[in-house]
Amino acid sequence: MSTGLFLVQALNGLQLGILLFLVAAGLTLVFGVMDFINLAHGVQYMLGAYLGAALAAATGSFWLGLLWALPAALIFGLLLEVLVFRHLYDRDHLSQVLATFGVILFLNQAVKAIWGAAPLQVPVPALLEDGVVLMPGLQYPLYRIAVLCAGIATALGLWFLVERTRLGMLVRAGATNAPMVSALGVDIRRLFMLVFAFGAMLAGFAGVLAGPIFSVEPGMGDHVLILAFVVIVIGGIGSIRGAFIAALIVGLTDTLGKSLMPDLMRLFLDPSAARQTGAALASMLVYIAMAAILAFRPRGLFPARSG
Amino acid sequence: MPRLRLDVALTLLVLAALALAPLLGFGANHYLTLFARIMILAAAAVSLSFLVGGAGLASLGHAAAMGVGAYAVAILDAHRLTDITIVLPVAIVAAALFSLLTGAIAIRTEGVNFIMITLAFGQMAFFTASSLAPYGGDDGYTLYDRTEIFGLRLMENRLFFHYLCLGFLLFCWGFCAMLLASRFGRVLRAARENPLRVQAVGFAPYPFRLLAYVIAGTLAGLAGVLFANATEFVAPAYMGWQRSGELIFMVILGGLGRLSGAILGAVLFVLLETWLPNLTTHWKMIFGPLLILAVLFMRGGLIGFLGARRG
Repeated sequence: MSTGLFLVQALNGLQLGILLFLVAAGLTLVFGVMDFINLAHGVQYMLGAYLGAALAAATGSFWLGLLWALPAALIFGLLLEVLVFRHLYDRDHLSQVLATFGVILFLNQAVKAIWGAAPLQVPVPALLEDGVVLMPGLQYPLYRIAVLCAGIATALGLWFLVERTRLGMLVRAGATNAPMVSALGVDIRRLFMLVFAFGAMLAGFAGVLAGPIFSVEPGMGDHVLILAFVVIVIGGIGSIRGAFIAALIVGLTDTLGKSLMPDLMRLFLDPSAARQTGAALASMLVYIAMAAILAFRPRGLFPARSG
Repeated sequence: MPRLRLDVALTLLVLAALALAPLLGFGANHYLTLFARIMILAAAAVSLSFLVGGAGLASLGHAAAMGVGAYAVAILDAHRLTDITIVLPVAIVAAALFSLLTGAIAIRTEGVNFIMITLAFGQMAFFTASSLAPYGGDDGYTLYDRTEIFGLRLMENRLFFHYLCLGFLLFCWGFCAMLLASRFGRVLRAARENPLRVQAVGFAPYPFRLLAYVIAGTLAGLAGVLFANATEFVAPAYMGWQRSGELIFMVILGGLGRLSGAILGAVLFVLLETWLPNLTTHWKMIFGPLLILAVLFMRGGLIGFLGARRG
């Protein structure tokens, strides 16, 4: 594999990692603060993508679509919280898994009923249509660079919010020991609603950004959800820093694995078998990484909870 | 003399209905296909209920063990080995070994991480199955023959297969109930309630849990053997996390903590899944909210709903 191709794949991997981080950030906080497993977090990413696509088509501008999709995703997250999730906080994890699985079934099908099963195409905004020359003769789409920058900026903003503000302090305290924070007079339910809505919006934001890169289709959230769970488990539940590092690890492993593995397998197998085996092995890599990390650090790399 | 519990009575009634159904005019092929699906998934759900309700190990990768059994049938079939004297031992060893290897790592973790790591192993099995190009890869593999029993093609007799599935379900139920009532089961249940106290009494929970995990996985593998024979087809989707989620759903829907709940849950699940698509193509928009309502309002599942007291 040439250096140029490797560079492109590494950038793609970073960008997948950044998108995963945006999804995983909300998930890990919700998980950390309220000990609530939200499988429906992936459909919030999907909804973001659909809202972005629909609103962009309606307003004729990607940017207006993005602007409107964010509050829409936020409101939708709040709606789900009030209707379903808040009744599940004091239930066991399996009940939460099941009820949120029900939400996934419903929303995946609802999206299919409204927009059809065929993937939607979202055009790249005109401003970012060009490419950037990475090396002589090697262009990289500007839009993908923009996604990378937007993601990193959001991650920095999130870091500031969580590490340097009073609200963030409460969230971190909630992730470490929720009953204690509650005993000190903080309305943990309201704090959680805030975290939840914000997390839904971040997932929606990731969805809008992903729209022009990946195809917007029903079920697109499921794959991201599983990867986001891998991210938060590797990173340690409730830890933003852990989620960031784990998201980059998972994004790079997945993308580089998918491009390198088939080549690697070709050393041992004939080309067609190498392609299939390599692709499957590459899909497995992140799970192998997760199992290996959990085998040695059962609580993830940076566990937030004290014990 | 203990009173016959309502949930057990109801389950026995359902099983009796399944036993008599072919004789009462439900002998047509499409009924028998539906019944076989119910009974096999119920057996797998019982083994999962033993694991979740008994040992407190909430696995989200149980379908993988079932898939290992199914793939044992498929891979042997591709090499024209279809006799039960070969298929059964291979399937049992494969499912047990898979559970032993994944369980040895997974059981080191707790709570949510256990759910996630079993899911990860399930996904690994799923992707491995997709990569098995000679055995169908992504598209799945259609069996040449059903498994033969000592050279006899008994499984192709639909009535025989019906009662075989029923027998296997009864065996799973009885075996898991016996295990839970035994000394081994008492240690498992105690470790679920309070691992620290169990350790203080002098038991290490780990080997007990691992053995429970291997037993449940092996039973699921056997269910997989039957499932492959019922559909005469094996696909990676048999191992996917959605199938694992469905099995969990059956267990919770019926009522966690009762093996009979898993059977009732499986019956209800498969019936809903078969009947709802007749109403509308968007049946999942009904099914999803039903699932949410069931979790919110039927604490303790069907059994809790029916008012059976916890023993």
